[in-house]
Amino acid sequence: MDILNLTAVSLGEKIKAKEVSVKEATKACLGQIEKQDKTLNSFITVEPEKALEQAEKVQQKIDAGELTGPLAGVPVAVKDNMLVKGGLTTCASHILDHFHPAFSSTAVEKLQAAGAVILGKTNMDEFAMGSTTETSYFGPTRNPWNTEHVPGGSSGGSCAAVASGEAIYALGSDTGGSIRQPSSFCGVTGIKPTYGTVSRYGLVAYGSSLDQIGPIAKDVRDCATVLETIAGYDPKDSTSVKRDDYGFTKALTGSAKGLRIGIPEEYFGEGLDPEVKKSILDAAEALKAQGAEVSYFHLPLVEYAIPAYYIIACAEASSNLERFDGVKYGYRTKEYEGLHNMYKKTRSEGFGAEVKRRIILGSFVLSSGYYDAYYLKALRVKALIKKAFDEAFEKYDVILAPASPTTAPKLGESLSDPIQMYLGDIYTISVNLCGLPGITVPCGMDSKGLPIGVQFIGNVFREDHILQAGYAYEQTRTMEICPLCR
Amino acid sequence: MANVISDETMEYVGILAKLELTGEEKENARKDLEKMLDYVDKLNELDVSGVEPMSHIFPVNNVFREDEVTNGDGSKDTMANAPAQKDNQFIVPKTIG
Repeated sequence: MDILNLTAVSLGEKIKAKEVSVKEATKACLGQIEKQDKTLNSFITVEPEKALEQAEKVQQKIDAGELTGPLAGVPVAVKDNMLVKGGLTTCASHILDHFHPAFSSTAVEKLQAAGAVILGKTNMDEFAMGSTTETSYFGPTRNPWNTEHVPGGSSGGSCAAVASGEAIYALGSDTGGSIRQPSSFCGVTGIKPTYGTVSRYGLVAYGSSLDQIGPIAKDVRDCATVLETIAGYDPKDSTSVKRDDYGFTKALTGSAKGLRIGIPEEYFGEGLDPEVKKSILDAAEALKAQGAEVSYFHLPLVEYAIPAYYIIACAEASSNLERFDGVKYGYRTKEYEGLHNMYKKTRSEGFGAEVKRRIILGSFVLSSGYYDAYYLKALRVKALIKKAFDEAFEKYDVILAPASPTTAPKLGESLSDPIQMYLGDIYTISVNLCGLPGITVPCGMDSKGLPIGVQFIGNVFREDHILQAGYAYEQTRTMEICPLCR
Repeated sequence: MANVISDETMEYVGILAKLELTGEEKENARKDLEKMLDYVDKLNELDVSGVEPMSHIFPVNNVFREDEVTNGDGSKDTMANAPAQKDNQFIVPKTIG
Protein backbone atom coordinates (compact mmCIF):
# COMPACT_ATOMS: atom_id res chain seq x y z
CA MET A 1 0.00 0.00 0.00
CA ASP A 2 3.04 2.28 0.22
CA ILE A 3 2.75 3.64 -3.33
CA LEU A 4 -0.83 4.75 -2.75
CA ASN A 5 0.19 6.98 0.15
CA LEU A 6 2.85 8.82 -1.84
CA THR A 7 2.32 12.28 -3.23
CA ALA A 8 2.68 12.73 -6.99
CA VAL A 9 6.00 14.52 -6.62
CA SER A 10 7.51 11.88 -4.32
CA LEU A 11 6.27 9.02 -6.51
CA GLY A 12 7.75 10.85 -9.52
CA GLU A 13 11.10 11.02 -7.70
CA LYS A 14 11.01 7.31 -6.89
CA ILE A 15 10.19 6.49 -10.52
CA LYS A 16 13.09 8.65 -11.66
CA ALA A 17 15.40 6.92 -9.17
CA LYS A 18 14.15 3.52 -10.45
CA GLU A 19 12.90 2.56 -6.99
CA VAL A 20 9.42 2.11 -8.44
CA SER A 21 8.54 1.32 -12.07
CA VAL A 22 5.73 3.11 -13.88
CA LYS A 23 3.99 -0.24 -14.26
CA GLU A 24 4.19 -0.93 -10.52
CA ALA A 25 2.70 2.49 -9.79
CA THR A 26 -0.06 2.00 -12.37
CA LYS A 27 -0.82 -1.51 -11.12
CA ALA A 28 -1.02 -0.28 -7.53
CA CYS A 29 -3.71 2.25 -8.49
CA LEU A 30 -5.56 -0.23 -10.73
CA GLY A 31 -5.50 -2.73 -7.87
CA GLN A 32 -6.97 -0.19 -5.49
CA ILE A 33 -9.67 0.68 -8.05
CA GLU A 34 -10.49 -3.02 -8.40
CA LYS A 35 -10.74 -3.33 -4.63
CA GLN A 36 -12.60 -0.12 -3.77
CA ASP A 37 -14.53 1.16 -6.73
CA LYS A 38 -17.47 -1.23 -6.54
CA THR A 39 -18.33 0.64 -3.36
CA LEU A 40 -16.96 4.11 -4.07
CA ASN A 41 -17.96 4.46 -7.75
CA SER A 42 -15.33 7.18 -8.26
CA PHE A 43 -14.87 6.17 -11.89
CA ILE A 44 -17.21 6.09 -14.85
CA THR A 45 -14.60 4.51 -17.12
CA VAL A 46 -11.45 2.58 -16.20
CA GLU A 47 -9.30 1.06 -18.91
CA PRO A 48 -6.59 -1.07 -17.27
CA GLU A 49 -5.04 -2.40 -20.50
CA LYS A 50 -4.73 1.08 -21.96
CA ALA A 51 -3.22 2.39 -18.72
CA LEU A 52 -0.64 -0.40 -18.65
CA GLU A 53 0.20 0.22 -22.31
CA GLN A 54 0.76 3.91 -21.53
CA ALA A 55 2.86 2.91 -18.51
CA GLU A 56 5.16 0.87 -20.73
CA LYS A 57 5.59 3.68 -23.25
CA VAL A 58 6.23 6.27 -20.56
CA GLN A 59 8.77 3.99 -18.87
CA GLN A 60 10.67 3.67 -22.15
CA LYS A 61 10.76 7.44 -22.56
CA ILE A 62 11.95 7.91 -18.97
CA ASP A 63 14.66 5.29 -19.47
CA ALA A 64 15.70 7.01 -22.72
CA GLY A 65 15.97 10.32 -20.89
CA GLU A 66 13.18 11.87 -22.98
CA LEU A 67 10.85 12.40 -20.01
CA THR A 68 12.46 14.10 -17.05
CA GLY A 69 9.64 16.14 -15.49
CA PRO A 70 8.31 15.64 -11.94
CA LEU A 71 5.07 13.95 -13.06
CA ALA A 72 6.56 11.45 -15.51
CA GLY A 73 5.05 8.03 -14.91
CA VAL A 74 2.62 9.14 -12.20
CA PRO A 75 -0.95 7.77 -12.62
CA VAL A 76 -3.75 10.33 -12.84
CA ALA A 77 -7.56 10.32 -13.01
CA VAL A 78 -9.43 12.81 -15.20
CA LYS A 79 -12.91 14.18 -14.56
CA ASP A 80 -15.31 12.95 -17.21
CA ASN A 81 -16.09 16.40 -18.60
CA MET A 82 -12.61 16.70 -20.12
CA LEU A 83 -12.19 15.15 -23.54
CA VAL A 84 -9.65 12.34 -23.83
CA LYS A 85 -9.37 10.91 -27.32
CA GLY A 86 -9.53 7.17 -27.60
CA GLY A 87 -12.22 6.50 -24.98
CA LEU A 88 -15.57 7.66 -23.66
CA THR A 89 -16.36 11.14 -22.32
CA THR A 90 -19.86 11.18 -20.83
CA CYS A 91 -20.18 14.21 -18.52
CA ALA A 92 -22.08 11.69 -16.35
CA SER A 93 -25.05 12.16 -18.65
CA HIS A 94 -27.29 9.75 -20.56
CA ILE A 95 -27.15 12.17 -23.50
CA LEU A 96 -23.39 11.53 -23.92
CA ASP A 97 -23.13 8.00 -22.59
CA HIS A 98 -21.67 6.65 -25.87
CA PHE A 99 -19.65 9.72 -26.90
CA HIS A 100 -16.09 9.19 -28.22
CA PRO A 101 -14.41 12.59 -28.60
CA ALA A 102 -12.44 13.23 -31.79
CA PHE A 103 -9.76 15.22 -29.92
CA SER A 104 -8.33 15.69 -26.41
CA SER A 105 -8.53 18.71 -24.13
CA THR A 106 -5.43 20.90 -23.92
CA ALA A 107 -4.98 20.22 -20.18
CA VAL A 108 -4.99 16.45 -20.81
CA GLU A 109 -2.56 16.78 -23.73
CA LYS A 110 -0.19 18.75 -21.53
CA LEU A 111 -0.34 16.05 -18.84
CA GLN A 112 0.27 13.35 -21.43
CA ALA A 113 3.26 15.27 -22.80
CA ALA A 114 4.62 15.35 -19.23
CA GLY A 115 4.36 11.56 -19.00
CA ALA A 116 1.13 11.11 -17.06
CA VAL A 117 -0.55 7.70 -17.13
CA ILE A 118 -4.30 8.16 -17.43
CA LEU A 119 -6.17 5.55 -15.39
CA GLY A 120 -9.69 6.52 -16.35
CA LYS A 121 -12.47 9.09 -16.21
CA THR A 122 -14.07 10.08 -12.93
CA ASN A 123 -17.67 10.41 -11.86
CA MET A 124 -19.26 13.82 -11.39
CA ASP A 125 -22.58 15.55 -11.13
CA GLU A 126 -24.24 15.50 -14.56
CA PHE A 127 -22.62 18.29 -16.62
CA ALA A 128 -21.00 19.44 -13.34
CA MET A 129 -24.37 20.64 -12.05
CA GLY A 130 -24.56 19.68 -8.41
CA SER A 131 -22.73 19.70 -5.10
CA THR A 132 -22.80 16.01 -4.17
CA THR A 133 -22.03 13.82 -7.24
CA GLU A 134 -25.51 12.37 -6.79
CA THR A 135 -26.92 13.76 -10.05
CA SER A 136 -24.66 11.46 -12.12
CA TYR A 137 -26.46 9.20 -14.61
CA PHE A 138 -24.07 6.47 -13.43
CA GLY A 139 -25.08 6.62 -9.78
CA PRO A 140 -23.51 8.51 -6.87
CA THR A 141 -19.89 8.37 -5.71
CA ARG A 142 -19.38 7.63 -2.01
CA ASN A 143 -17.06 9.41 0.40
CA PRO A 144 -14.00 7.24 1.15
CA TRP A 145 -13.93 8.42 4.77
CA ASN A 146 -17.47 7.19 5.38
CA THR A 147 -19.39 5.60 2.54
CA GLU A 148 -22.74 6.69 3.99
CA HIS A 149 -21.75 10.23 3.04
CA VAL A 150 -21.36 12.08 -0.27
CA PRO A 151 -17.93 13.12 -1.53
CA GLY A 152 -19.20 16.59 -2.47
CA GLY A 153 -19.35 17.79 -6.02
CA SER A 154 -19.25 18.21 -8.76
CA SER A 155 -15.68 16.78 -8.97
CA GLY A 156 -16.63 14.15 -6.36
CA GLY A 157 -15.20 11.22 -8.33
CA SER A 158 -11.79 12.89 -8.73
CA CYS A 159 -11.61 13.82 -5.03
CA ALA A 160 -12.75 10.39 -3.81
CA ALA A 161 -10.22 8.73 -6.14
CA VAL A 162 -7.34 10.79 -4.73
CA ALA A 163 -8.45 10.35 -1.11
CA SER A 164 -8.74 6.56 -1.48
CA GLY A 165 -5.49 6.06 -3.39
CA GLU A 166 -7.30 4.95 -6.55
CA ALA A 167 -5.31 7.71 -8.26
CA ILE A 168 -2.22 9.63 -7.16
CA TYR A 169 -3.71 12.91 -8.34
CA ALA A 170 -6.59 14.04 -10.53
CA LEU A 171 -7.97 16.82 -12.66
CA GLY A 172 -11.22 18.49 -11.70
CA SER A 173 -13.16 21.49 -12.90
CA ASP A 174 -14.61 24.32 -10.82
CA THR A 175 -17.56 26.51 -11.89
CA GLY A 176 -18.92 27.41 -8.43
CA GLY A 177 -16.73 25.41 -6.05
CA SER A 178 -16.62 22.02 -7.77
CA ILE A 179 -12.92 21.44 -6.98
CA ARG A 180 -12.70 23.19 -3.60
CA GLN A 181 -15.84 21.86 -1.89
CA PRO A 182 -15.35 18.13 -2.65
CA SER A 183 -11.64 18.53 -1.78
CA SER A 184 -12.79 19.74 1.63
CA PHE A 185 -15.28 16.84 2.02
CA CYS A 186 -12.68 14.23 1.00
CA GLY A 187 -9.67 15.59 2.90
CA VAL A 188 -7.59 16.38 -0.19
CA THR A 189 -6.07 19.55 -1.63
CA GLY A 190 -7.56 21.24 -4.69
CA ILE A 191 -6.93 24.52 -6.45
CA LYS A 192 -9.04 26.55 -8.84
CA PRO A 193 -6.69 28.90 -10.69
CA THR A 194 -7.36 32.44 -11.89
CA TYR A 195 -9.83 32.42 -14.80
CA GLY A 196 -7.95 32.02 -18.08
CA THR A 197 -4.90 30.29 -16.58
CA VAL A 198 -5.70 26.73 -17.75
CA SER A 199 -7.15 26.32 -21.23
CA ARG A 200 -10.83 25.38 -21.39
CA TYR A 201 -10.34 23.80 -24.82
CA GLY A 202 -11.87 20.34 -24.63
CA LEU A 203 -13.65 20.98 -21.32
CA VAL A 204 -17.37 20.47 -21.89
CA ALA A 205 -18.77 23.92 -21.11
CA TYR A 206 -21.18 24.56 -18.24
CA GLY A 207 -20.80 28.27 -17.39
CA SER A 208 -18.12 29.50 -19.76
CA SER A 209 -17.31 32.72 -17.90
CA LEU A 210 -16.86 30.73 -14.66
CA ASP A 211 -15.35 27.33 -15.61
CA GLN A 212 -11.72 26.54 -14.81
CA ILE A 213 -9.81 23.24 -14.75
CA GLY A 214 -7.55 22.60 -11.77
CA PRO A 215 -5.55 19.90 -9.95
CA ILE A 216 -6.71 17.77 -7.02
CA ALA A 217 -3.94 16.07 -5.04
CA LYS A 218 -2.67 15.07 -1.61
CA ASP A 219 -0.81 18.28 -0.84
CA VAL A 220 -0.02 21.83 -1.91
CA ARG A 221 3.27 20.97 -3.63
CA ASP A 222 1.50 18.46 -5.86
CA CYS A 223 -1.16 21.05 -6.75
CA ALA A 224 1.46 23.67 -7.63
CA THR A 225 3.44 21.15 -9.69
CA VAL A 226 0.41 19.91 -11.64
CA LEU A 227 -0.80 23.48 -12.19
CA GLU A 228 2.62 24.41 -13.56
CA THR A 229 2.23 21.54 -16.04
CA ILE A 230 -1.30 22.25 -17.29
CA ALA A 231 -1.32 26.08 -17.25
CA GLY A 232 -0.43 28.22 -20.24
CA TYR A 233 -1.81 30.41 -22.99
CA ASP A 234 -3.81 28.47 -25.59
CA PRO A 235 -4.93 30.05 -28.87
CA LYS A 236 -7.74 27.47 -28.94
CA ASP A 237 -9.43 29.13 -25.92
CA SER A 238 -10.44 32.71 -26.69
CA THR A 239 -10.52 33.60 -22.98
CA SER A 240 -7.06 32.14 -22.30
CA VAL A 241 -4.76 34.71 -20.68
CA LYS A 242 -1.06 35.23 -21.43
CA ARG A 243 0.52 35.39 -18.00
CA ASP A 244 4.01 36.66 -17.28
CA ASP A 245 4.90 33.85 -14.93
CA TYR A 246 3.76 30.25 -14.59
CA GLY A 247 6.31 29.24 -11.96
CA PHE A 248 3.84 28.27 -9.26
CA THR A 249 6.18 26.03 -7.26
CA LYS A 250 8.41 29.05 -6.52
CA ALA A 251 5.78 30.22 -4.05
CA LEU A 252 6.35 27.24 -1.74
CA THR A 253 8.73 28.95 0.64
CA GLY A 254 7.51 27.32 3.84
CA SER A 255 7.09 30.67 5.54
CA ALA A 256 3.98 32.77 6.07
CA LYS A 257 5.94 35.71 7.38
CA GLY A 258 4.50 39.04 6.36
CA LEU A 259 1.46 37.56 4.53
CA ARG A 260 -1.55 39.76 5.16
CA ILE A 261 -4.50 37.45 5.80
CA GLY A 262 -8.06 38.78 6.10
CA ILE A 263 -10.98 36.89 7.61
CA PRO A 264 -14.40 38.12 6.45
CA GLU A 265 -16.71 38.45 9.49
CA GLU A 266 -19.66 37.66 7.23
CA TYR A 267 -18.30 34.15 6.54
CA PHE A 268 -18.35 33.16 10.19
CA GLY A 269 -21.94 33.94 11.18
CA GLU A 270 -25.16 31.94 11.06
CA GLY A 271 -25.23 28.67 9.17
CA LEU A 272 -21.59 27.72 9.75
CA ASP A 273 -21.17 24.46 11.64
CA PRO A 274 -19.38 25.17 14.98
CA GLU A 275 -16.84 22.36 14.48
CA VAL A 276 -15.97 23.65 11.00
CA LYS A 277 -15.71 27.18 12.36
CA LYS A 278 -13.32 26.14 15.12
CA SER A 279 -11.12 24.18 12.74
CA ILE A 280 -10.88 27.08 10.26
CA LEU A 281 -10.08 29.61 12.97
CA ASP A 282 -7.44 27.24 14.40
CA ALA A 283 -5.83 27.28 10.94
CA ALA A 284 -5.79 31.09 11.09
CA GLU A 285 -4.07 30.92 14.48
CA ALA A 286 -1.48 28.47 13.14
CA LEU A 287 -0.64 30.88 10.31
CA LYS A 288 -0.41 33.75 12.78
CA ALA A 289 2.11 31.71 14.74
CA GLN A 290 4.04 31.34 11.47
CA GLY A 291 4.34 35.10 11.18
CA ALA A 292 1.28 36.00 9.09
CA GLU A 293 -0.65 39.16 9.93
CA VAL A 294 -4.21 38.00 10.52
CA SER A 295 -7.20 40.30 11.02
CA TYR A 296 -10.96 40.41 10.56
CA PHE A 297 -12.71 42.68 8.07
CA HIS A 298 -16.14 43.31 6.58
CA LEU A 299 -16.80 41.85 3.13
CA PRO A 300 -20.07 43.31 1.86
CA LEU A 301 -22.67 41.72 -0.46
CA VAL A 302 -21.90 38.10 0.56
CA GLU A 303 -25.58 37.11 0.53
CA TYR A 304 -26.06 38.32 -3.05
CA ALA A 305 -23.39 36.09 -4.58
CA ILE A 306 -25.53 32.93 -4.74
CA PRO A 307 -28.57 34.47 -6.50
CA ALA A 308 -26.31 36.33 -8.94
CA TYR A 309 -24.32 33.17 -9.59
CA TYR A 310 -27.30 30.92 -10.28
CA ILE A 311 -28.78 33.40 -12.75
CA ILE A 312 -25.47 33.74 -14.63
CA ALA A 313 -24.46 30.08 -14.48
CA CYS A 314 -27.88 28.81 -15.57
CA ALA A 315 -28.11 31.40 -18.36
CA GLU A 316 -24.75 30.28 -19.72
CA ALA A 317 -25.65 26.61 -19.22
CA SER A 318 -28.92 26.93 -21.14
CA SER A 319 -26.98 28.41 -24.03
CA ASN A 320 -24.03 25.98 -23.85
CA LEU A 321 -26.25 22.90 -23.65
CA GLU A 322 -28.23 23.85 -26.76
CA ARG A 323 -25.68 21.82 -28.74
CA PHE A 324 -27.05 18.55 -27.36
CA ASP A 325 -29.81 18.03 -29.88
CA GLY A 326 -29.36 14.45 -31.07
CA VAL A 327 -28.13 15.45 -34.54
CA LYS A 328 -24.35 15.12 -34.73
CA TYR A 329 -23.44 13.14 -31.60
CA GLY A 330 -24.86 11.82 -28.40
CA TYR A 331 -28.17 10.17 -27.64
CA ARG A 332 -31.11 10.48 -30.06
CA THR A 333 -34.65 9.49 -29.05
CA LYS A 334 -35.99 6.40 -30.76
CA GLU A 335 -39.37 7.66 -31.97
CA TYR A 336 -40.25 11.16 -33.06
CA GLU A 337 -42.38 13.19 -35.41
CA GLY A 338 -40.34 15.81 -37.21
CA LEU A 339 -37.28 17.80 -36.28
CA HIS A 340 -38.50 19.84 -33.33
CA ASN A 341 -40.15 16.88 -31.71
CA MET A 342 -36.85 15.00 -32.08
CA TYR A 343 -34.93 17.82 -30.39
CA LYS A 344 -37.38 18.02 -27.52
CA LYS A 345 -37.74 14.29 -26.91
CA THR A 346 -33.99 13.71 -27.21
CA ARG A 347 -33.21 16.39 -24.65
CA SER A 348 -36.05 15.49 -22.28
CA GLU A 349 -34.97 11.84 -22.22
CA GLY A 350 -31.23 12.58 -22.30
CA PHE A 351 -30.90 15.14 -19.49
CA GLY A 352 -31.48 14.47 -15.79
CA ALA A 353 -33.70 16.53 -13.46
CA GLU A 354 -31.07 18.98 -12.14
CA VAL A 355 -29.79 19.77 -15.64
CA LYS A 356 -33.34 20.41 -16.87
CA ARG A 357 -34.03 22.61 -13.84
CA ARG A 358 -31.02 24.80 -14.66
CA ILE A 359 -31.76 24.94 -18.41
CA ILE A 360 -35.31 26.07 -17.65
CA LEU A 361 -34.17 28.80 -15.25
CA GLY A 362 -31.47 29.88 -17.70
CA SER A 363 -33.89 29.99 -20.63
CA PHE A 364 -36.31 32.05 -18.55
CA VAL A 365 -33.80 34.68 -17.37
CA LEU A 366 -32.54 35.15 -20.94
CA SER A 367 -36.01 35.41 -22.51
CA SER A 368 -37.22 38.74 -23.83
CA GLY A 369 -39.10 40.59 -21.12
CA TYR A 370 -37.01 39.08 -18.32
CA TYR A 371 -33.46 39.55 -19.64
CA ASP A 372 -32.94 43.00 -18.09
CA ALA A 373 -34.64 42.20 -14.80
CA TYR A 374 -32.69 39.03 -14.16
CA TYR A 375 -29.66 38.44 -16.37
CA LEU A 376 -28.41 42.02 -16.73
CA LYS A 377 -29.20 42.70 -13.09
CA ALA A 378 -27.07 39.72 -12.05
CA LEU A 379 -24.19 40.99 -14.18
CA ARG A 380 -24.45 44.38 -12.47
CA VAL A 381 -24.41 42.73 -9.04
CA LYS A 382 -21.37 40.72 -10.17
CA ALA A 383 -19.60 44.03 -10.88
CA LEU A 384 -20.40 45.19 -7.32
CA ILE A 385 -19.14 41.93 -5.80
CA LYS A 386 -15.93 42.20 -7.84
CA LYS A 387 -15.44 45.73 -6.52
CA ALA A 388 -15.85 44.49 -2.93
CA PHE A 389 -13.12 41.89 -3.49
CA ASP A 390 -10.87 44.44 -5.23
CA GLU A 391 -11.13 46.62 -2.13
CA ALA A 392 -10.39 43.68 0.17
CA PHE A 393 -7.25 42.82 -1.82
CA GLU A 394 -5.95 46.35 -1.37
CA LYS A 395 -5.54 45.45 2.30
CA TYR A 396 -4.93 41.70 2.20
CA ASP A 397 -2.89 39.17 0.23
CA VAL A 398 -5.11 36.24 1.17
CA ILE A 399 -8.72 35.84 2.29
CA LEU A 400 -9.17 32.90 4.66
CA ALA A 401 -12.56 31.15 4.54
CA PRO A 402 -14.33 27.84 4.99
CA ALA A 403 -14.90 25.81 1.82
CA SER A 404 -18.36 24.69 2.91
CA PRO A 405 -20.64 25.46 5.88
CA THR A 406 -20.65 21.79 6.95
CA THR A 407 -18.75 18.55 6.45
CA ALA A 408 -20.07 16.02 3.92
CA PRO A 409 -23.82 15.33 4.26
CA LYS A 410 -25.26 11.82 4.05
CA LEU A 411 -26.32 10.45 0.68
CA GLY A 412 -29.88 11.37 -0.18
CA GLU A 413 -30.10 14.39 2.12
CA SER A 414 -29.39 17.15 -0.38
CA LEU A 415 -31.30 16.80 -3.64
CA SER A 416 -34.85 17.22 -2.33
CA ASP A 417 -34.39 20.93 -1.68
CA PRO A 418 -32.30 22.50 -4.47
CA ILE A 419 -32.18 26.00 -2.96
CA GLN A 420 -30.90 24.61 0.33
CA MET A 421 -28.19 22.78 -1.64
CA TYR A 422 -27.27 25.95 -3.53
CA LEU A 423 -26.84 27.82 -0.22
CA GLY A 424 -23.95 25.48 0.61
CA ASP A 425 -21.96 27.20 -2.15
CA ILE A 426 -21.77 30.45 -0.20
CA TYR A 427 -17.99 30.37 0.40
CA THR A 428 -16.88 29.17 -3.01
CA ILE A 429 -19.11 30.90 -5.53
CA SER A 430 -17.79 34.49 -5.36
CA VAL A 431 -14.35 33.22 -6.34
CA ASN A 432 -15.76 32.07 -9.70
CA LEU A 433 -17.83 35.22 -10.22
CA CYS A 434 -14.70 37.32 -9.73
CA GLY A 435 -12.26 35.01 -11.58
CA LEU A 436 -10.10 34.61 -8.45
CA PRO A 437 -7.82 31.72 -7.50
CA GLY A 438 -8.79 29.61 -4.48
CA ILE A 439 -7.26 26.56 -2.81
CA THR A 440 -8.68 24.15 -0.23
CA VAL A 441 -6.26 22.48 2.20
CA PRO A 442 -7.28 19.87 4.81
CA CYS A 443 -7.38 21.40 8.30
CA GLY A 444 -8.98 18.82 10.59
CA MET A 445 -11.74 16.32 11.23
CA ASP A 446 -15.16 16.71 12.82
CA SER A 447 -16.47 14.47 15.59
CA LYS A 448 -18.05 12.16 12.98
CA GLY A 449 -14.62 11.50 11.48
CA LEU A 450 -15.25 13.57 8.34
CA PRO A 451 -12.61 15.92 6.90
CA ILE A 452 -12.73 19.72 7.06
CA GLY A 453 -10.91 21.98 4.61
CA VAL A 454 -9.78 25.60 4.86
CA GLN A 455 -9.93 27.78 1.78
CA PHE A 456 -7.40 30.45 0.84
CA ILE A 457 -8.56 32.99 -1.75
CA GLY A 458 -6.17 35.28 -3.62
CA ASN A 459 -6.42 38.21 -5.98
CA VAL A 460 -6.36 37.48 -9.72
CA PHE A 461 -2.95 36.17 -10.84
CA ARG A 462 -1.83 35.82 -7.21
CA GLU A 463 -1.76 32.03 -6.91
CA ASP A 464 1.64 32.61 -5.31
CA HIS A 465 0.00 34.09 -2.21
CA ILE A 466 -2.49 31.27 -1.66
CA LEU A 467 0.08 28.58 -2.44
CA GLN A 468 2.47 30.19 0.01
CA ALA A 469 -0.23 30.35 2.71
CA GLY A 470 -1.45 26.80 2.01
CA TYR A 471 2.04 25.33 1.99
CA ALA A 472 3.13 27.16 5.14
CA TYR A 473 -0.04 26.01 6.90
CA GLU A 474 0.44 22.42 5.74
CA GLN A 475 3.89 22.34 7.37
CA THR A 476 2.28 22.95 10.77
CA ARG A 477 0.29 19.72 10.88
CA THR A 478 0.26 16.03 10.10
CA MET A 479 -2.18 15.06 7.40
CA GLU A 480 -4.81 12.46 8.25
CA ILE A 481 -4.71 9.33 6.10
CA CYS A 482 -7.97 7.97 4.76
CA PRO A 483 -8.91 4.56 6.26
CA LEU A 484 -9.00 2.98 2.77
CA CYS A 485 -5.32 3.89 2.28
CA ARG A 486 -4.02 2.58 5.59
CA MET B 1 -43.52 38.91 -3.59
CA ALA B 2 -44.24 35.39 -4.71
CA ASN B 3 -43.71 34.78 -8.41
CA VAL B 4 -46.48 33.07 -10.38
CA ILE B 5 -45.60 31.52 -13.71
CA SER B 6 -48.52 31.21 -16.14
CA ASP B 7 -49.21 28.23 -18.44
CA GLU B 8 -48.28 30.40 -21.41
CA THR B 9 -44.91 31.32 -19.91
CA MET B 10 -44.15 27.66 -19.08
CA GLU B 11 -45.05 26.74 -22.65
CA TYR B 12 -42.78 29.49 -23.99
CA VAL B 13 -39.86 28.50 -21.75
CA GLY B 14 -40.33 24.89 -22.90
CA ILE B 15 -39.94 26.05 -26.51
CA LEU B 16 -36.81 28.08 -25.69
CA ALA B 17 -35.29 25.27 -23.64
CA LYS B 18 -36.30 22.64 -26.24
CA LEU B 19 -37.67 20.43 -23.51
CA GLU B 20 -40.90 18.45 -23.57
CA LEU B 21 -42.17 18.00 -20.05
CA THR B 22 -44.94 15.63 -19.01
CA GLY B 23 -47.81 16.92 -16.87
CA GLU B 24 -46.21 16.15 -13.51
CA GLU B 25 -42.75 17.21 -14.67
CA LYS B 26 -44.17 20.49 -15.90
CA GLU B 27 -45.86 21.19 -12.57
CA ASN B 28 -42.64 20.44 -10.68
CA ALA B 29 -40.64 22.60 -13.08
CA ARG B 30 -43.10 25.44 -12.57
CA LYS B 31 -42.84 25.15 -8.78
CA ASP B 32 -39.03 24.97 -8.95
CA LEU B 33 -38.89 28.01 -11.22
CA GLU B 34 -41.26 30.01 -9.00
CA LYS B 35 -39.27 29.15 -5.88
CA MET B 36 -35.97 29.98 -7.54
CA LEU B 37 -37.30 33.33 -8.81
CA ASP B 38 -38.60 34.16 -5.33
CA TYR B 39 -35.11 33.46 -4.06
CA VAL B 40 -33.12 35.37 -6.70
CA ASP B 41 -35.47 38.36 -6.33
CA LYS B 42 -33.25 39.12 -3.35
CA LEU B 43 -31.10 41.02 -5.85
CA ASN B 44 -33.87 43.65 -6.01
CA GLU B 45 -32.75 44.85 -2.57
CA LEU B 46 -29.69 46.33 -4.26
CA ASP B 47 -29.62 49.61 -6.12
CA VAL B 48 -27.56 48.92 -9.23
CA SER B 49 -28.43 52.06 -11.18
CA GLY B 50 -25.35 53.36 -12.93
CA VAL B 51 -23.48 50.04 -12.55
CA GLU B 52 -22.28 48.58 -15.84
CA PRO B 53 -23.07 44.88 -16.33
CA MET B 54 -19.88 42.80 -16.09
CA SER B 55 -19.97 39.75 -18.35
CA HIS B 56 -16.27 38.96 -18.10
CA ILE B 57 -13.65 39.76 -15.49
CA PHE B 58 -11.01 40.53 -18.09
CA PRO B 59 -11.66 42.49 -21.27
CA VAL B 60 -12.77 40.07 -23.99
CA ASN B 61 -11.86 40.97 -27.54
CA ASN B 62 -12.34 39.24 -30.83
CA VAL B 63 -9.42 36.93 -31.47
CA PHE B 64 -8.49 36.78 -35.13
CA ARG B 65 -6.17 34.44 -36.98
CA GLU B 66 -5.46 33.52 -40.57
CA ASP B 67 -7.90 30.95 -41.88
CA GLU B 68 -5.36 28.18 -42.22
CA VAL B 69 -6.13 24.54 -41.59
CA THR B 70 -3.99 23.27 -38.73
CA ASN B 71 -5.78 20.02 -37.95
CA GLY B 72 -6.16 17.09 -40.28
CA ASP B 73 -9.33 15.57 -41.64
CA GLY B 74 -11.32 14.46 -38.60
CA SER B 75 -14.46 13.51 -40.44
CA LYS B 76 -14.14 9.79 -39.72
CA ASP B 77 -13.91 10.33 -35.95
CA THR B 78 -16.68 12.91 -36.09
CA MET B 79 -19.05 10.72 -38.09
CA ALA B 80 -18.37 7.79 -35.76
CA ASN B 81 -20.44 9.63 -33.14
CA ALA B 82 -23.42 10.28 -35.41
CA PRO B 83 -26.69 8.87 -34.03
CA ALA B 84 -27.69 8.12 -37.63
CA GLN B 85 -25.66 8.49 -40.81
CA LYS B 86 -25.54 7.60 -44.50
CA ASP B 87 -22.74 8.17 -47.01
CA ASN B 88 -20.70 10.19 -44.52
CA GLN B 89 -23.63 12.53 -43.82
CA PHE B 90 -25.88 12.98 -40.78
CA ILE B 91 -29.41 11.68 -41.18
CA VAL B 92 -31.98 14.11 -39.75
CA PRO B 93 -35.76 14.29 -39.91
CA LYS B 94 -37.18 16.21 -42.87
CA THR B 95 -36.73 19.90 -42.11
CA ILE B 96 -38.62 21.56 -44.98
CA GLY B 97 -42.18 20.91 -46.08
